[in-house]
Amino acid sequence: MNNLIGSDADSQRTLYPYVTGTSVVGIKYKDGILLAADMGGSYGSTLRYKTVERMKSVGKHSIIGASGEISDFQEIMRYLDELILYDNMWDDGNSFGPKEVHNYLTRVMYNRRNKFNPLWNSLVLGGVKNGQKYLGTVNMIGVHYEDNHVATGFGNHLSRPILRDEWHENLTFEEGVKLLEKCMRVLLYRDRSAVNKLQIAKITEEGVTISQPYSLKTFWNFAAFQNPTVGAEGSW
Amino acid sequence: MTKQQANWSPYDNNGGTCVAIAGADYCVIAADTRMSTGYSILSRDYSKIFQLADKSLMASSGFQADVRALQKVLAARHLVSYLSFIYQHQHNKQMSCPAMAQLLSNTLYYKRFFPYYAFNVLGGLDSEGKGCVFTYDAVGSYERVGYSSQGSGATLITPFLDNQLKSPSPLLLPAKDAVTPLSESEAIDLVKTCFASASERDIYTGDKLEIVILNASGIRREYLELRKD
Repeated sequence: MNNLIGSDADSQRTLYPYVTGTSVVGIKYKDGILLAADMGGSYGSTLRYKTVERMKSVGKHSIIGASGEISDFQEIMRYLDELILYDNMWDDGNSFGPKEVHNYLTRVMYNRRNKFNPLWNSLVLGGVKNGQKYLGTVNMIGVHYEDNHVATGFGNHLSRPILRDEWHENLTFEEGVKLLEKCMRVLLYRDRSAVNKLQIAKITEEGVTISQPYSLKTFWNFAAFQNPTVGAEGSW
Repeated sequence: MTKQQANWSPYDNNGGTCVAIAGADYCVIAADTRMSTGYSILSRDYSKIFQLADKSLMASSGFQADVRALQKVLAARHLVSYLSFIYQHQHNKQMSCPAMAQLLSNTLYYKRFFPYYAFNVLGGLDSEGKGCVFTYDAVGSYERVGYSSQGSGATLITPFLDNQLKSPSPLLLPAKDAVTPLSESEAIDLVKTCFASASERDIYTGDKLEIVILNASGIRREYLELRKD
C-alpha cells in the first residue's frame, strides 16, 4: 500500500531545511575581501544554536560563507575539502583560486537542483589570487554572479542598498569593517533570525583571518522605535 | 498520508530583455545587463550575450542558471570549438549561423521534459554575409526573422519594432525578405530607443544596455546607460 503513494527514493530528497543560518554579507576592499556573518543556527523560529561558524577558509586563496541549511553546508565543506586535497596531491605548484572554487560550487549546486535534491544553501565565495580579487555567490537553484559586494537572504533586501550607496573602490580595512558592521546592525534590528554574535573574515594575498566572535552595540531608543505608528495612526 | 509536495521551485525568473535586428550586411544583438529576482536586483552588470561561433551570437534571458548551463553545454561539449572546428575542416568553411540555429534548437529540445527556462535570440551573418536573426521558445521551436525581441520587455518592444521596421507579412507569396533596409547606425539608434522605452515601464529591464554589432569587418561592442530604478 505504501508503494502506491510514494517510492522509497522520495524519502531521500530534501523537502525543507531544519537548522538554518541567516544572511552573509561580503565586500571587496583595497587588500582583498571581507565577509561577515552571525553565528546563529535557527531551528524554525527557535534560535537554537548560537555558536555556529558559518564562514570557513577553502584552500589558500578563498573563503566561503553559507546561509541556509547548516548540515548541507557541512556536506559542502566535505566536498570542498576533498577538492582541495586532490588539488594538493597533484603537487604541481598550482592551486585552485576563488574563481575555480566558485565555478565548482555553481556546478555542484546546479546539478543537485537538476536531480530535485538541492543543497539548501546560499553561498558567498571570496578570495584573492595573484593580486586579483574575486567575490561571487551561488544559491540552491544554481543562480550565480560576481560583484564588488554580495549578500544572501535578507542581506539582499537590507544590506545591498547600503552597499550600493556607500561602497567604493579601495576601502581601507577599517572602513570596510565599519561598512559591514553597519549592514549587520541593520540586519540585527530587522531580521528576526539574526543574533548579536558575529565574526568578520578577511582574506588577502597573505592569507585568511577569521575574527573572534563579538557583538555589536545597539541603540533601541530611536523615536521611530519608541513610537512606530506616529505617522500612521491605527497601524501596528 | 498524502505524498509530500516540494515547496521549492527549480526555476526562477531573473528577468531582462534581448533584441536582435538583421540588416543587409550587419546584425545587431542587444540585451540589458540587469539580473533580478523577485523585487530585488542581484546585479547591474551581468552580460546575457554569448558568442557561439565566428558569426553567431546568442542573447538569452530567463532563468540565469539554465542560460549559463546552456551556454556552457554549447561550448564545453565542443559544439563550438570541436564540432564547428570539424565542420570547418570537413566542409572547408566556418559553421554558419543557420547551422548553429539548428544546433541550438536541437539542444533545447533535448531537454523537452525538463526545459532550459531560457528565451533566446540568435543573431549573426549567414554564408552570404547577410544579417540573420533566429528567435526561439524555451523548447527549441524556432524561425528565421528580420528582427526579434525576447524576455520581460519583449511585449513592450515587439509592437514598436513591428511599427518601425514595417516587416512584410509572413503570409505573402512569394515570401518577402524581412531584413531591414535601415543602415547600421539607424538600427543601433532604434535598439537604443527600444531599451530606453522598455526601461520606463518594465521593472526588470534597466541599468545598462550591451549592444554587439556583427558585420563584414568583424565584431564591435557598444554600451549605453539605462535607468537604474
